[in-house]
Amino acid sequence: MISVEKPGVLTTVQDVGRDGHYHIGMPPSGAMDQYAHAAANYLVGNDADAATLEMTYQGCDLRFGEDAVVALAGADMTPTLNDEPIPTWEAVAVEAGDELSLQYATDGARTYLAVAGGVDVEPLMGSRSTYTLIGLGGHEGRPLQAGDELSIGDPPGRSADLVGSRVDDEHVPEYADKSAIRIVLGLCDYRLTEESKAELCKAEWTVTPEADRVGYRLDGPDLDFVPREQPFGAGTDPSNVVDLGYPVGSIQVPQQPIVLMRDAVTGGGYATVGTVVSADRGLLAQRRTHQTVTFEDVSLEDALDARTRNEAALEAIRSSLE
Amino acid sequence: MTDQRIERVSLPKPRYEFGADDYVFVELDQAMSFDANFQAMAVTQQIRERDPPGLIEICPANASYMIHFDPDEIGPRALVEELKEIAAATDLSEYQWETRVVDFPVLYDDEWTRETLMRFRDNHQDPDSTDLEYSARINGFDGVESFIEAHAGAPHMVTMVGFVPGLPWCFQMVPRDRQIEVPKYVQPRTDTPARAVGFGGAFTAIYPVQGAGGYQLYGRTPLEVLDVEQRLPDFRDSMVFPNPGDVLQFRRIDRDEYDAIREEVEAGTYEYRIEEVEFSPERFFEDPTGYNERLTEVLYA
Repeated sequence: MISVEKPGVLTTVQDVGRDGHYHIGMPPSGAMDQYAHAAANYLVGNDADAATLEMTYQGCDLRFGEDAVVALAGADMTPTLNDEPIPTWEAVAVEAGDELSLQYATDGARTYLAVAGGVDVEPLMGSRSTYTLIGLGGHEGRPLQAGDELSIGDPPGRSADLVGSRVDDEHVPEYADKSAIRIVLGLCDYRLTEESKAELCKAEWTVTPEADRVGYRLDGPDLDFVPREQPFGAGTDPSNVVDLGYPVGSIQVPQQPIVLMRDAVTGGGYATVGTVVSADRGLLAQRRTHQTVTFEDVSLEDALDARTRNEAALEAIRSSLE
Repeated sequence: MTDQRIERVSLPKPRYEFGADDYVFVELDQAMSFDANFQAMAVTQQIRERDPPGLIEICPANASYMIHFDPDEIGPRALVEELKEIAAATDLSEYQWETRVVDFPVLYDDEWTRETLMRFRDNHQDPDSTDLEYSARINGFDGVESFIEAHAGAPHMVTMVGFVPGLPWCFQMVPRDRQIEVPKYVQPRTDTPARAVGFGGAFTAIYPVQGAGGYQLYGRTPLEVLDVEQRLPDFRDSMVFPNPGDVLQFRRIDRDEYDAIREEVEAGTYEYRIEEVEFSPERFFEDPTGYNERLTEVLYA
């Protein structure tokens, strides 16, 4: 049992997500940074699909009711165990009665706490992820509150042996905002002028306070649409298209861009002009409000290559812990 | 009467677009038409039946569709080749599908959406009219009454479900010259009542939950489109009621009937009035008025 003493800003139970229901308007939810989520799970001997706690901007204070092996991965929130600093990206033993405390994120935005055996909430439609918009999944369909108690699943036999194991430095990502987020232009990018397409990939965008699990609203230069007579059913605004499906990671341009994240609205009537490559969606989720984002247009082959490298890094972490 | 046919649209060549490494978006047309929508439904149904490896989501939309896939199982270019093959093998003229015709009671010009739209007058194109008055005027109706009659006077097909769980986009089953078309709000509202019936572009939408919205507001239905707890009998298999291809007959009701239905819905006992039919695009295109009448007869027989 884990008791929540202070819930932090926004802490939810998440896993790899709830697939197969996008066509009825249900986004996958799940960990915003799947890389950090998987790494934390591997550190304690879990499979990647075990549920973790996703903490946003400010971590929580938790009291453990039983011995456990835990690992934190993702943003640095200066974690302490009974007031003693503990490392991130490393498996740590906790004892019954211990208090784990996290502070504000200093680097990155989201931290994942994995516990050997996983956070054991009831799966719903094949996932333990929380989708707060309609109050579904996770712990009572909502962010954690003080006083909540979470069960822990049966820990894998080898988890005790993993205490002290850590992720190799070369596989610990940097969350500094200097690196570009890679995108593949396309979808309905014919709506933007050539100049605006170039501007999208050149400008420094600022993450606005409206950046959450649904989408990241960015602020930057105005983008221009190719003038046209609007097609039947699209609506009158030049940004309008006949309502269509939005990929997770897609960039839409009601005017200023919005990048859709794991709790995405699944479709609508704004032109989509590109998609963040799957390997970089988690890195974008580590950007905080007021940080900058730049986009780099890459080819489909580069996007596939980025995915392969990302998977290889996770596989290297997993196999190093065997 | 030839002018009462649904004019067929010859669709342009589909545009296959990559949504980075794990999505393919297929635009069948930039404009809305039954041809584009039926093609989206037919192709996605064929994809489901063929069930190629690595597909995670198959999402039909109004005039397009989208596939989410695992590129470790099927390469994006190989997938597009397969989609093209499936499209080539799909012939709409031989196509029909099982669908449901559903009675959907609506209290038009209700007090809740009226309160909401008055609160957001500054966000609207025409702050001095209600949404119904504005929509009636720009669509050439002589008043709100005849506008409501037109909206409730012919059935609407669910052509897409999404945005949030359970929200149906509905396209009225009438020839183009009788289609209602309205712009969305200039600035979206931050509030819309749950179960509000709205209109934007050429689509009616039903808002599953309270929240932001930009569609013109016409009324409110006592029925749910989303039942997360799955308490109502018609939500036994899914927490979402509408499916693409469903035919909704919006039926104008008064406040007493609204309250009576609402009471049953809240008690978890209300059963939706539904008839299963075989839908034939060809016969619908040929004589929409007659076809709609038969659908309505089946429902209210």
